[in-house]
Amino acid sequence: MARIAGVDIPDNKRGVIALTYIFGIGKSSAQNILTEAGIDWDKKAQDWTDDESTAIRNIISENFKVEGVLKSEVQMSIKRLMDIGCYRGLRHRKSLPVRGQRTKNNSRTRKGKRKTVANKKKATK
Amino acid sequence: MARSLKKGPYIDFRLDKKVDAMNDSGKKSVIKTWSRRSMISPDFVGHTFAVHNGNKFIPVYVTENMVGHKLGEFAPTRNFRGHVGKKDKGKR
Repeated sequence: MARIAGVDIPDNKRGVIALTYIFGIGKSSAQNILTEAGIDWDKKAQDWTDDESTAIRNIISENFKVEGVLKSEVQMSIKRLMDIGCYRGLRHRKSLPVRGQRTKNNSRTRKGKRKTVANKKKATK
Repeated sequence: MARSLKKGPYIDFRLDKKVDAMNDSGKKSVIKTWSRRSMISPDFVGHTFAVHNGNKFIPVYVTENMVGHKLGEFAPTRNFRGHVGKKDKGKR
């Protein structure tokens, strides 16, 4: 089990895939990292030698923002939008879709589970 | 789609002129504008704009963080007061 960039322990998967378990590294950056380190993409994470792992670690720590740092950066940008009171910030505050999607239906990811509102009783004549 | 970098940011010419005049004279007064599409340039920082939202003018005090946004982003055009029958809503 290799430990790269702090907490992450990618296991017996192909190297390219294992690296994507790190927050902030997708498939394409994983491919770049492995090419730069000169490691075969298909080599499994458990088969990396110590030298290879350290090479990967160095590349990531030099060129990439990952995990906690990246997460806090994202949070800071959202907070900035909310603080300056622009439209996108207002949408974040209300936890509604930010990029102009419809909200008549769907957008459940942002709105969360449906909250059913009871029908208003019809007035009897 | 984002605007081409070649063109530079869009700022309404008249608005830009007014801000320049105010920066030169050092005076500060509220600038009334309908130009919601104008990008906030670094010159605008510290001024107050009254941005039209289709109904009335919303005062927007420009801070450093707002540079690069459009003026219209700070003057919401819709005022959602909540649904019918939902109690304790409808403020503002």
